[in-house]
Amino acid sequence: MGKLHELRRKIILYTLLCISSISMVLPFLWMLSASLKSEKDVFSFPIQWITDAPVWRNYIVIWEKIDFATYYMNTIKLTVVITILQLITCSLAAYAFAKIDFPEQKVLFLGYLATMMVPFQVVMIPQFIIMKNLHLTDTHMALILLQAFSPFGVFLLRQYYLNIPNELLEAARIDGMGEFKIYSKIMVPLAKPALASLSIFTFVFVWNDFLGPLIYLNTDKNKTIQLGIRKFITEYTSEYSLIMAASVCALIPVLIIFLLAQKYFIEGVAMTGMKG
Amino acid sequence: MTQNKTIIRRNRMKAYAFLAPNFVGFIVFTLIPVVYAFLLSFMEWDSARPAVFVGLSNYFKLFKDTGFRISLLNTLYYTAITVPLTIVFALAFALILNEGLKGIKLFRALHFFPHISSIVAVAVVWQFLYHPDFGPINMVLKQIGIANPPRWTSSVTWAMPAVIFMSVWKSFGYYMIMFIAGLKAIPIQLYEAAKIDGANGWKRFRYVTLPMISPTMFFVVIISIISSFKVFAQVFIMTEGGPGRATSVLVYKIYTDAFKNFKFGYASAEAVILFIFILIVTIIQYRGQEKWVNYMN
Repeated sequence: MGKLHELRRKIILYTLLCISSISMVLPFLWMLSASLKSEKDVFSFPIQWITDAPVWRNYIVIWEKIDFATYYMNTIKLTVVITILQLITCSLAAYAFAKIDFPEQKVLFLGYLATMMVPFQVVMIPQFIIMKNLHLTDTHMALILLQAFSPFGVFLLRQYYLNIPNELLEAARIDGMGEFKIYSKIMVPLAKPALASLSIFTFVFVWNDFLGPLIYLNTDKNKTIQLGIRKFITEYTSEYSLIMAASVCALIPVLIIFLLAQKYFIEGVAMTGMKG
Repeated sequence: MTQNKTIIRRNRMKAYAFLAPNFVGFIVFTLIPVVYAFLLSFMEWDSARPAVFVGLSNYFKLFKDTGFRISLLNTLYYTAITVPLTIVFALAFALILNEGLKGIKLFRALHFFPHISSIVAVAVVWQFLYHPDFGPINMVLKQIGIANPPRWTSSVTWAMPAVIFMSVWKSFGYYMIMFIAGLKAIPIQLYEAAKIDGANGWKRFRYVTLPMISPTMFFVVIISIISSFKVFAQVFIMTEGGPGRATSVLVYKIYTDAFKNFKFGYASAEAVILFIFILIVTIIQYRGQEKWVNYMN
C-alpha cells in the first residue's frame, strides 16, 4: 500500500510541475513562434506552433527598420562598462569595510546599509536634476555614473570577504606585503565566486534596465535595446511578428548568461534569502 | 600610546584609499539625492520657473488630487493581491521541488527564468497574449464556451488583474528559490520526531516547516511588498496606466508628474509618500518578527 501511495503522490507532483513548467515556457515559445510568422498568421487560431514557412526575414527586417544594431551596441557598452566599474569600486570598498580596522567603519557602513533601503524611484528626480546640471542628460555617462557605485554590491562582497580568515592577511602583512597587493593578490582571487555573482546580477540588471534609460536617453543614437523594443511597439503598432523578433533578440544574451552561470544565479538568490 | 595612534592613523588612511572611488559616487549620487528628495518635496518647481519654497503645500495638494489617490489605492490593490499569490505559489512549488524528485534542476531553472528575463519583452508578449479579440488566452476561453471573455488590458475591471497575473507569473520563481534554500536548512530529524509523535502531513507543515522557514518568510514578505510598491515597467508597457486610471500606480504617477509634466517638487512629494510606505512596512515587519520569526541561534 505504501508503495502505491508513494507512486500516486509522485504522479500528482510531477503533473503539477509539468503544468507549471509549461506555463512558464509557453509565453516564450509563443514569442519565438510569432517572431517567425508572417503578420497575418501571428494570431491564427488554433495556434500553429511551428509554422510551415518560417519568415526568417523578420530577423533581418528589424535591423533595417529601426537602428537595432546601435541599440544593441549601446546596451553592450553600458552593461560591460558598468559591470566592470561596479566590480572595481565595490570590491575595493568592501575590502575596507571587511578587513581594515578604522574608527568610522561602523558608522559609514551603516550609512551604506541605510541608503540601500531607499528605492531608486525616490532618488530618481534629484539624480536627474544633478545630471541635468552636469549637462549629462541624454548621455551614457549619466547611467554609468549612477550605476557604478552600488551599495548593494559593497554589501554583498563584504559579507563574502568576512568569511575569509584574517590570519591569511596578517601573515602577508608581517611579510611586508602592501595593502593593495594583499587585496589584489590574495583577496580578489579568493573572492572569485562572490565577484562572479555580483557581475552576473549587474549584467542582467543593466541589460534589462528600463526606467533608467527611459529617463535619461532621448536621442535614438543613445538608446538601449529595451527602449528599442518599446519604439517598435509605438511606431509599428500592428507588426507583432517584428516586435516579437526584437524581443527574442533582447532575451538571447540573458538566456546565454543564464545557461552558462545558472549556478551563480541560484546560489546568489538563495544566499540573499538566507541572510535575510 | 603614540604608536597606537600612528596605527589608527595609518589604517584610516588605508581604509579611505580603498573606499574613495566608491565613496565619492555614493555621496554624490546616493546620499545627496536622498536628502535632496526631501527638500524638493517642499518646493514648487516646474521646468519653466525657478524653484520656490512652499512648505507643506505639495502634500496638501496631494490630499486633494484624485489622480494621486487612485494611484495610491491601485498600488495597494496590486500589492494586496500580488504578494499573497506570489508567496502561495512560491512556497507550494518550493515544497514540491524539495521532495527529492528527479529533474529538479531543470524545473527550478524553468521557473526562475521569467524573473531574469527582460520585463519589457515579457510585458510585450503578455500584452498580445491578452489581446481581447485575437489573443491566444481569449481564443482558448472562447473554445471552452465562454462567449464574452474579459477584454483584459482594455477593460477597466480586468486590466489590473491582467497586470497582477503577469507579475506573479514573472516573479514567483525568484521567491521559490529562496524558500527552497530555507527548506533545505531544516534538520530532517525534526520531521522524523514529528512523525513518531503521529503528526500527519498538514501538521508537520504547520508545526515544523512553517516555524522553521519563518526567517525566509519574513524576508520574502518584506521584499515582495516593497517591490510591489515599486511596480512600473509592466504598467507602462501593457496599459500606460489605463484604461482611464485603472492601472495607474504610484511610480507611474511619479514618473509622469516628474518627467512628462516636469513638476519636480510635486512628484518628489509623491516619492516621499512612497518612501514612507516602504519605511512603515519595514518597521512593522521588523517589530513583528520577534513575535513570529524563529531564529535557530
